[in-house]
Amino acid sequence: MLATAQTFTLDGIGARPVRVEVDVHRGLPGFSLVGLPDAAVREARERVRAAISNCGFEFPLKRIVANLAPASLRKAGPGLDLAIATALLIASGQLELGKLPPLALVGELALDGSLRPVRGALAIAEEARAMGLAAIVVPAENGREAALVEGVDVLALEGLAQLEALADGGWRPERPQPMSFCPQPGEGYADLADLRGQRHLRYALEVAAAGGHSLLLVGPPGAGKSLAASRLPSILPPLETAEALEVARIASACGALGEDGIGRRPFRAPHHTVSPAGLIGGGNPPRPGEATLAHRGVLFLDELCEFHRDTLEALRAPLETGWVSVARAGATRRLPCRFMLVAASNPCPCGRGEADPECECPPLSVRRYQARLSGALADRIDLLVAIRQPAAEEIGGPPGESSAAVRERVAAARARQHRRLGEGRCNAEMTPAEVRECVLEDDAAALLAEAYSRRRLSGRAHDRVLRLAQTLADLACANAIGREQIAQALQLRRRDGE
Amino acid sequence: MIEPSACPSCLRRSRLLAHLAPYIEKIATGAPGSRSPELLRLSDEELAAAAAPKVAEQVLARVRAVPERLLFADLLAAECWACCRHDALYPAGLRDAADAPAALIGRGDPSLLARLLPDGVVTVVGARRSTAYGREVARDLGRELASAGFVVASGLAFGIDSCAHRGALDAGLTVAVLGCGADLAYPAAHRSLWRRICEEGLVVSELPPGTGVWRWTFPARNRIMAALAGMTVVVEAARRSGSLITADLAADLGRDLGAVPGPVNSRASAGPNDLLAGGACVVRGAQDVLDAMLGAGARQLERAGPRLDERLRSVLAGLESGAETCDALAAALDFEAGEVASALATLEALGYVRCSLLGVYTRTLLSPPSI
Repeated sequence: MLATAQTFTLDGIGARPVRVEVDVHRGLPGFSLVGLPDAAVREARERVRAAISNCGFEFPLKRIVANLAPASLRKAGPGLDLAIATALLIASGQLELGKLPPLALVGELALDGSLRPVRGALAIAEEARAMGLAAIVVPAENGREAALVEGVDVLALEGLAQLEALADGGWRPERPQPMSFCPQPGEGYADLADLRGQRHLRYALEVAAAGGHSLLLVGPPGAGKSLAASRLPSILPPLETAEALEVARIASACGALGEDGIGRRPFRAPHHTVSPAGLIGGGNPPRPGEATLAHRGVLFLDELCEFHRDTLEALRAPLETGWVSVARAGATRRLPCRFMLVAASNPCPCGRGEADPECECPPLSVRRYQARLSGALADRIDLLVAIRQPAAEEIGGPPGESSAAVRERVAAARARQHRRLGEGRCNAEMTPAEVRECVLEDDAAALLAEAYSRRRLSGRAHDRVLRLAQTLADLACANAIGREQIAQALQLRRRDGE
Repeated sequence: MIEPSACPSCLRRSRLLAHLAPYIEKIATGAPGSRSPELLRLSDEELAAAAAPKVAEQVLARVRAVPERLLFADLLAAECWACCRHDALYPAGLRDAADAPAALIGRGDPSLLARLLPDGVVTVVGARRSTAYGREVARDLGRELASAGFVVASGLAFGIDSCAHRGALDAGLTVAVLGCGADLAYPAAHRSLWRRICEEGLVVSELPPGTGVWRWTFPARNRIMAALAGMTVVVEAARRSGSLITADLAADLGRDLGAVPGPVNSRASAGPNDLLAGGACVVRGAQDVLDAMLGAGARQLERAGPRLDERLRSVLAGLESGAETCDALAAALDFEAGEVASALATLEALGYVRCSLLGVYTRTLLSPPSI
């Protein structure tokens, strides 16, 4: 006898529908699984066999063939277990789903028949709704996440045994409470008030957040580079609902979605030994990398000079486009990655800096080290902040301004940018044509022209200064860029070998 | 145009040095820096016998067998000229040294050789391992001396040397003395600087084109730098460094010796501070060099910058008292970060400060008007 069940497999950060067909007929007892399963899917046979017999059902001693359609799509992960078991129970006449509306099933089976959570439940629920399915069966632990999707019934089950009760029509689990949005913007982040003193650093963080500019922090170890970077998400404006769902979908697909709600901007800090695939995504089927996990948040590259060159090279195109294209045999996936880049580096290999008499780094190695700060990736960085060890009075002094106060100013500056450039865009993304449209006061234009004509600025740096100055003007709520803003931008910009 | 010339025997001497380079390296490495100038004082035969006793005859025979035509063809092929001690253009300062090179081989406009008189050349040397302070001073010295009409000689090395060259190129003439053939850029990272000096100044060496560097060739070229100039200024150098060899050689020749004072706890300034303690001229800027070479007060450098307002003056004062980043200045002066940022950018535009690639500011030697 033949039976089918609908399920999904994860592909990148999206879900792809998979139809499980199970045929049970007479012959030598056996269980074969076809349709491009990966190792985890192939092992489903053992889990399904044990779960069925441990739940009071009978595992048929017949020839069983399970096919996962479409056969050309690679299936990954243990989320197909539940659908295979269900189809098998229907095919062997032990279960009847006829009374239920068309539904899809996802979930990993434990040997005792209980359900374990899967990755990407949010994307799966969205895809189920797009397919027009009435309901989706998910493991109880994924219930709150799947319930974020309106318009599809979410049936959160504890185990395979509950499926029988559901099929009889007598029992229906309550729709789980959808996962909460962060009630207050900025809640749950480390607060900027922890950064004491260091007002230039605070000021640069505010400018970077206001215009979405990428940032390079240079200073000795322990001066507060990581502390500053990790506070950046807290001063960014809160996420829109659609953006929050987008971020949650990515986190869910990577199993990084916490229990405490969605709507927070991510902060990712990969170690410098990360591989190109780990950073921008890879594998087959493609899995998102750190860049995608940092979507709409902050990607922090500590010890920028220690990263492998090819890893950083791989990040170039995604930084420009906001997309990662992962091409693998079979298909190419586009993964979103619109993040703010924050990089940090020591001034020299030993970290003390050349000015320190203790620094023993030979000149050539300092040169090589710093050359990496003007490489391909660094070209995309707008701001440079030299950090120093804060003085004792500062460390022991009163806490700095809180994130909430800074965030208000940042949000106001962003609102001005949205009015000028269009919804969701910021100054860092201005095209050269848009940069030309910036309004400058006369003495501001004169100062910029002078810096440019003395060849202290390259053409690229000229535009960088204008973008920064526009952000400074937005922060000051000024309609035109003034001399003060150009001067500050000239100071804040990252310098290359101009 | 005046063409420099060289006689075949002098060119053969430079070939001999190239041939003997590995042997000299072997005996000179025991006491780096000290012995090679002594060796270079010897005649061809003595030198060959001293450096390579086993193969002296063969080496000498090989060098003598090089046809005259080939000696000059090689120079042409490397786009170099040569000027030997029998030529009128040969720098007068070198004639004072007992171990002066037989011939100078170089690139650039050879008519500039006429300007290499000891009274008109200042050698600015220093360590490769330098601080932002030293590099700033070297650049400024180079620029001011060049604009005052001096030729600035240095060794094209990392750190102080290259900054002195760059500063001089901004305002006048510079000469690079190399420890390899004049057609090679060493270190390779300074290829573009080397090219600029070839075009706008002079690159010279005592070794034939194509000769690579050896450890002994650096102290050897130091003796040329010392002899070329009327005054040698050491900007930054650790104790036991090549720059101090140059200083010693200059003192031996009876030339003026200057040193730029630095922090007493800085390793990079230990060398010049020692020289100062030993009686070298204090060099706080190009004016001190002018005073030493031309007599005190003989010429005044014009060096006051544009006027500054109250805020810029206090930021400048903050920088002079040790704060070197925006952050440190904002904390020290209790200014808003934005205020400091724009003040620094303005000061940089006016030429009072300079910013490194890593955002660290240094003060230039430009002083504000006193009113």
